[in-house]
Amino acid sequence: MYELVTGPLAWLAFGIFFIGLLYRLVWYIRGLNWQMDRVTYSKNVAYGIRGALRSIFFWLVPFGTHGWRFYPGFTILVFVFHICLLATPVFLMGHNVLLLERFGFSLPTLTEGMADIMTLAVIVAAIFIILRRIALPEVRIITKPYDFLVLAIAVAPFLTGFLAYHQVGNYDFWIVVHVLCGEIMLVAIPFTKLSHFLLFFLSRAQLGMDFGIKRGGMKNKGMAW
Amino acid sequence: MPEGILCNKQVVDTKEKLNALLADKSGKQYYAEMKALDIDSKALWATLEKTCKSRLRTWLEICAHCGMCADSCFFYLANDKDPKQVPSYKIQSTLGEMVKRKGEVDNDFMHMVMDTAWSKCSCCNRCATYCPFGIDMGVMFGYVRGLCFSQGFVPWELKIGSGMHRIYNAQMDITTEDWVDTCEWMAEEYEEDWPGLEIPVDKENADIIYTVNAREPKHYPEDLAEAAILFHLAGENWTVPSQGWEETSLAMFAGDWGACKIQVESVYAAMDRLKPKRMVVTECGHAYRATVLEGPYWAGLKSGKTPIESFHYVEWVAEALRTGKLKIDPAKRIKEPVTYQDSCNYVRNAGLGDCAREIMSYIAEDFREMRPCKEHNFCCGGGGGLNGIGLYRQARNIGLTVKRDQILATGAKLVVAPCHNCWDAIRDLEEVYKIGIRWSFLKPLLLSMVEVPEHLKPKDE
Ligand code: HEM
Ligand code: HEM
Ligand code: SF4
Ligand code: SF4
Ligand code: SF4
Repeated sequence: MYELVTGPLAWLAFGIFFIGLLYRLVWYIRGLNWQMDRVTYSKNVAYGIRGALRSIFFWLVPFGTHGWRFYPGFTILVFVFHICLLATPVFLMGHNVLLLERFGFSLPTLTEGMADIMTLAVIVAAIFIILRRIALPEVRIITKPYDFLVLAIAVAPFLTGFLAYHQVGNYDFWIVVHVLCGEIMLVAIPFTKLSHFLLFFLSRAQLGMDFGIKRGGMKNKGMAW
Repeated sequence: MPEGILCNKQVVDTKEKLNALLADKSGKQYYAEMKALDIDSKALWATLEKTCKSRLRTWLEICAHCGMCADSCFFYLANDKDPKQVPSYKIQSTLGEMVKRKGEVDNDFMHMVMDTAWSKCSCCNRCATYCPFGIDMGVMFGYVRGLCFSQGFVPWELKIGSGMHRIYNAQMDITTEDWVDTCEWMAEEYEEDWPGLEIPVDKENADIIYTVNAREPKHYPEDLAEAAILFHLAGENWTVPSQGWEETSLAMFAGDWGACKIQVESVYAAMDRLKPKRMVVTECGHAYRATVLEGPYWAGLKSGKTPIESFHYVEWVAEALRTGKLKIDPAKRIKEPVTYQDSCNYVRNAGLGDCAREIMSYIAEDFREMRPCKEHNFCCGGGGGLNGIGLYRQARNIGLTVKRDQILATGAKLVVAPCHNCWDAIRDLEEVYKIGIRWSFLKPLLLSMVEVPEHLKPKDE
């Protein structure tokens, strides 16, 4: 079983993940239309690039925008959640052992304690995100079961990885479940709102170009995000 | 397929149709007919497939449902944080549903969409600047309005307005003769006080072509005279076109993209005909948005720019003060506390906030910013055509409370509002809530404090 999920299934999952994202990239860019979107993507290019970069950059900085500053608590939650969510699997000891075995190279790795803290941080942040969804009327009204499902897909590898690593119950069982959960998440990214993994950058770049080219970027110092 | 006599999917392009609509007081019959209007689901879905492409689909799909846009919307704040006013909810329940149902929607649904698109969103684009993914409900509701228009679901006043643009190339029934007469009348009326004053019509190769909002010739012709006097004092070589003088676009508010194109092309034609160096647009926000920012796209100009460079009035005033073309008498500057209404259309969506600050630094001694301000200002409450829609008057009045409280917090009793829509909204705000404020365009304020060069003074003084 372990061989199956870490062998062919892993290849399949990564394949779908990469090809899916590539498809979304091409689909997004081909669907842009200067006249319908009312942004001259291929004219005034320097302004467009500047607008796009500013729009992405400020939103990647914690408290870098009016929006992030308006909701400080939630901002901390989102950044902790995302930084740990992205960094943990990439720099995880267990993952890098596999990398070394299979591909002959590995990345710097996190210490055991750090990995545990970051894993728990993802889980705790997710719990608060769920509570917030239920508690705040303005979030509740736009929350659907789908949102919980997506959050569960994102958090499941962390929960199961943690259980496996700490040998809570049957290791062989949990590690297989973990790898499956990781693969489900990879496959879900291109097909659910998790596609914001890529589309965050494209969407922000698009609006940045809109502001950078048409909505004032050619006449001022750039949008004060 | 039942279509009303007044309320239908056709555009208004003849005087007969227009007059029939105008004769229907407050759109009574029009709205009654709307209740029976059929939806052409096939056409709706075809349009969605053709025009709701990656940008809009992505916005609908990746919305994290996080609610960070909630507090950005003044309608949400003004309605006691009603969750139904959360921007994400408003778009998901309208455009989102339409796409999900592949256009198979009924009359009740379309009524709900129309109410949402016009009475719960002024297309101020503020939420776009608070969403981590940059999801812009202003843009999306602009798009939804187009869908509604194509199905005949559009507020009565805006159906009329877009028809006016198609027939008169103006938002009101002003003919070329009416316009030229008004220019001559105003020049004569004020010539005595301002020797040499003229309003040159159709002068070729001028430095500035000046274009206006139809309300000015129709209801406030003095505004035109004031503009002329200020150009005169500044020594500008300027002109107005006999045709293509109207900058506004109720067609944009209505979602009648065909009429939008017709309207802006009339202005661009005047540019081509008279070959001025640049255009200056009167103190109107949506007019600048329509003709200068969006217009080139409607007209298919690949540069994304108007045929000649275009400036909002605040840009011209800032420049005139900076270069000394207009000089302010220091003794006559505004002494009392004064605040400034940043128009969404030329500040958030056109980046001209600094011009406004520069102007205020010349004319006011106690300038007080609203909070928030500049790019992050709240809509006055009357934008996106809402001021003019009788059906939604109540919703508009509730929306005004956010601006009311912002103004009150500044302590200023005078509000500078260089945008026709904002100006109207603030006037109505005072009428409804009586908070004891005054409001003004820039032109009369400037005229009250500008230094008149010796050679331009009336001889008998
Ligand atoms: C094909 C995909 C994956 C494979 C083959 C895999 C494999 C493993 C292995 C072998 C371990 C180590 C268990 C141990 O050391 O005993 C592990 C742990 C872990 N994995 Fe994965 N994994 C995959 C995907 C993911 C993904 C997508 C995530 C998160 C987004 C993730 C997060 C974790 C975490 C958080 C731990 C435990 C860390 C700790 O508590 O110290 N894994 N994984
Ligand atoms: C570079 C990559 C990424 C960026 C820039 C990014 C950015 C964002 C942003 C801006 C939000 C909205 C925050 C909010 O809820 O207000 C968000 C939400 C979310 N992201 Fe990401 N994200 C990235 C990758 C990922 C990945 C890889 C996953 C999981 C697999 C993920 C899972 C989530 C989830 C579940 C939410 C929703 C939180 C909620 O329910 O409120 N993100 N992300
Ligand atoms: S564009 Fe303005 S009015 Fe419309 S939803 Fe966004 S913030 Fe509200
Ligand atoms: S802020 Fe953006 S992502 Fe969050 S709910 Fe609003 S529109 Fe959706
Ligand atoms: S009327 Fe003024 S404040 Fe209101 S939406 Fe238009 S430009 Fe913005």
